[in-house]
Amino acid sequence: MGDNKILPAAVKRWDENTVAKTINRFPERKEIFHTISGVPINRLYTPLDSKNLDYEKDLGFPGEYPFTRGVQATGYRGRLWTMRQYSGFATAKESNKRFHFLLNQGQTGLSVAFDLPTQIGYDSDHPLALGEVGKVGVAIDSLADMEVLFDKIPLDKVSTSMTINADAAVLLAMYIAVAEKQGVPMDKLRGTIQNDILKEYVARGTYIFPPTPSMRLITDTFKFCSEKMPLWNTISISGYHIREAGSTAIQEVAFTLADGIAYVQAAIDAGLDVDDFASRLSFFFGSHSDFLEEICKFRAARRLWARIMRERFNAKDDSSCKMRFHTQTAGCTLTAQQPDNNVVRVTLQALQAVLGGTQSLHTNSRDEALSLPTEESVQIALRTQQIIGYESGVSDTVDPLAGSYYIETLTTEIEDKAMEYIKKIDEMGGAPAAIEKGFIQREINDAAYAFQKSVDADERVVVGVNKFQVNEEQQFEYLRVNPESEREQIKRLSDLRKTRDNEKVNIALQTLRAGAEGDTNLVPLILEAVKVYATLGEICGVLREIFGEYKAADL
Amino acid sequence: MSSSKKIRVLVAKPGLDGHDRGAKIVARALRDAGMEVIYTGLRQTPEMVVRAALDEGVHCIGLSILSGAHNALFPKIMELLKAEGVDDILVVGGGIIPEDDIPALKKVGIGEIFGPGTPLDEIVEYIQNNVKF
Amino acid sequence: MSVADLVEGVLSHNRRYLARLISMIEDEDGRALEALSLLYKHTGKAHIIGVTGPPGSGKSSLVTKLTAEFRKRSKTIGIICVDPSSPFTGGALLGDRIRMQEHSLDDEVYVRSMGTRGHLGGLSRATSDAVRAIDAFGKDVIFVETVGTGQSEVEVIDIAHTVIVTDVPGSGDDIQAIKAGIMEIADIFVVNKSDLPGIEKKVAEINAMLDIDSRERVWRPPVLLTNSRSGEGIPELLDTILAHYEYLKESGDLQKKGLQRSREELQDLMKYKLTQELSLKLRDKPEYEEAIRQIAKREIDPYTVAEQLIAEFLFSMSR
Repeated sequence: MGDNKILPAAVKRWDENTVAKTINRFPERKEIFHTISGVPINRLYTPLDSKNLDYEKDLGFPGEYPFTRGVQATGYRGRLWTMRQYSGFATAKESNKRFHFLLNQGQTGLSVAFDLPTQIGYDSDHPLALGEVGKVGVAIDSLADMEVLFDKIPLDKVSTSMTINADAAVLLAMYIAVAEKQGVPMDKLRGTIQNDILKEYVARGTYIFPPTPSMRLITDTFKFCSEKMPLWNTISISGYHIREAGSTAIQEVAFTLADGIAYVQAAIDAGLDVDDFASRLSFFFGSHSDFLEEICKFRAARRLWARIMRERFNAKDDSSCKMRFHTQTAGCTLTAQQPDNNVVRVTLQALQAVLGGTQSLHTNSRDEALSLPTEESVQIALRTQQIIGYESGVSDTVDPLAGSYYIETLTTEIEDKAMEYIKKIDEMGGAPAAIEKGFIQREINDAAYAFQKSVDADERVVVGVNKFQVNEEQQFEYLRVNPESEREQIKRLSDLRKTRDNEKVNIALQTLRAGAEGDTNLVPLILEAVKVYATLGEICGVLREIFGEYKAADL
Repeated sequence: MSSSKKIRVLVAKPGLDGHDRGAKIVARALRDAGMEVIYTGLRQTPEMVVRAALDEGVHCIGLSILSGAHNALFPKIMELLKAEGVDDILVVGGGIIPEDDIPALKKVGIGEIFGPGTPLDEIVEYIQNNVKF
Repeated sequence: MSVADLVEGVLSHNRRYLARLISMIEDEDGRALEALSLLYKHTGKAHIIGVTGPPGSGKSSLVTKLTAEFRKRSKTIGIICVDPSSPFTGGALLGDRIRMQEHSLDDEVYVRSMGTRGHLGGLSRATSDAVRAIDAFGKDVIFVETVGTGQSEVEVIDIAHTVIVTDVPGSGDDIQAIKAGIMEIADIFVVNKSDLPGIEKKVAEINAMLDIDSRERVWRPPVLLTNSRSGEGIPELLDTILAHYEYLKESGDLQKKGLQRSREELQDLMKYKLTQELSLKLRDKPEYEEAIRQIAKREIDPYTVAEQLIAEFLFSMSR
């Protein structure tokens, strides 16, 4: 790649003559330019910068190891990415309505948001659920709610992603039970459970149990699904939240992949063969502000993971090395000031994800710095994806930016720097140990603080916030969750407890307790409990008793 | 004010919300401004917040919440403080709190709500100017 | 709030008054010293346990677990956690309370976080006065958890009856142990996180250091293993702590230390008072500033000046 005899001299000449003349008259805007992650950006990239790139080894072909250029040979020419808007709020009935709305507007997959009590294993009438029911997602207390949530949604035709972690096994069981009632066998079900507990400890906070029993639950789901649900993604190893908590792009890749390594190792330690489960691992990244860095990030992550799976874990199947991922545009970049600007931000961020080869995409709505999205706002967000997919033409060739001198240089840089972090984490004993030592949390915290300082110092511009502000007289409607929903939900729960067969519930919970004390796979036991309408809180209550609760303690 | 007098602040995360990026950044900024900051960590009940605030003798409580549960939890905390006969602790809040909700919160005694995009200096100055020493 | 209110509030076990008193102590509010002098006769009952050691050795979780164990035995607890104040900004992130959540609503447990506030030693007079306040309040056991780097580990011995020094396996800090006299102050060594590799090595290191220690000691500090996450070793540690206190009583060391402590405290208070008075007298005196300039220029020597100023001061005080 690139002439290396004549070019260096030419570059020098350009620098010393043309550039020097221009700078004399118009100095550059800054002394040093760097990406959001702190990688220095040169004025110009030339073939000299990618002279060490080996096309076959480092780039390869889409659909082939190391998958730098994408995991599908035909890219989006075969099928556009799944348009999958994260949604859910108040009751199952209202969320079901929103699901139908989105599907009718052209969304191609479902993504369920659960409220905090549900994510943390509490029923809606638990004291800690006060004020939280239905606020950040839908309240699910039992299979009964789940049935309403998916009313008239054919689970053999729609794939569903569920953002649920500590108690993912319970929601998975409920989904299976709902499908069964629809006559859809579990081996036909397509979807994902996020099921990534490590990032909860570090960035998201909806943990329940301590690390060891949590890993057990995760490997139980891996095992169960590898036998019974071949089309189901057992985990969505997430960097999105790590990024939202303030990390750089490099850290996002590093810490996510380090978590991935921990999960793969745990599964192997639990007796699984890597090629039995690795092809169903999936990932989840954010798409942040630095347009080109983000595209490089996605490509770097794909290549790095492929290499890790092959070289470190000796995966024989290529499909075990394929990193498939979902992307969400970065919530932390949305501003409350001049919310319509967010449409523009989201458009750029969505485009980044598409140019980076994402498998599915959620675009944020303009009002999400303030609240959950209204129908109008989420429609714009969906249209954003549809315009990119159908009007812009970027989907008509695979990995169009490959070969750009800057793109390939930065992709390699991100991969290398992320690998340095991973080595460091390995020396600490892996991601779980690094988390216990507080290393990952501190890195994220430092990056977040540095970012905030640079915004406050006006070094980093946030349009509408520290530059181009207006006197806000913003009057627009945003979504309010009706507080009545909480009362309704609690009433429904109380009715359920009276009408179900409580003896069956008790037996199922006892069986679960015994299983948790031993080492049987808990997923079938949870499935049984769920089918007799044991509540989420009751099931998690048993597990809390046996496993204990995680006590966070870091600053 | 003797030179050893410091403003003590409790930064708390009431409710189940697990997003602590903002709370931790504010805690650091307050420390950098010379204050003593006690960060409670996640999942604080109103009772835990008030107990910590009183035992630690703080001048200010900063409540961070992004889950929408502020209308239930903030008034509860103010109620508990009142029941303890406390009227000299400055209480401020931040996170995702719609403008419409702010008047009602101020009515129950919250001093100020700092929404997304608020510069750290603004928060520091407000606390310095409004704590009762 | 008057001094009388404070005293009555503390003695009637009202935690708001205790909290207020400690705030006044930290702020060097004159009422605090008055209150403390009235409360003094109610002190001397608590067993004061210092916990020190390097960062990351799990001091806070150890204290939390010990508190739980003491509570099982119906003891009431006070905990003071000291964290370093930034020498530049004067501020501090007090991050120990967050590790003690399980006791947050136990009425018999009082937790207070304190910054070092510029005291180079790490433990200030405010800390020992705060301990005293909690003692007067009636707590059976008072933990003082210190920063664990630098001089503060040594200072904790002035305050505590029983000093626990913590460490973790694999910390590789042999130098750490030797420096700052940390080996000399420990009454009990605790190697925490006993599930980590390197346990035997760490225990051997500590025992080797103890062997070198040439002092005559009846109480040879035991080296205990704990896992503050699982709770292993905690009851045994508690028994050892209690045994140490018994030993102090039986051997007469408790009285000896008490005398020593009172002597040091009196001297400290007198020094403090004298320094205060002296500063007051000399503050803004132009002759004083002039003398300093002359000393710097070598026109006069500091020894002579000091003698003169003290003589004048004592003379003026005797009038």
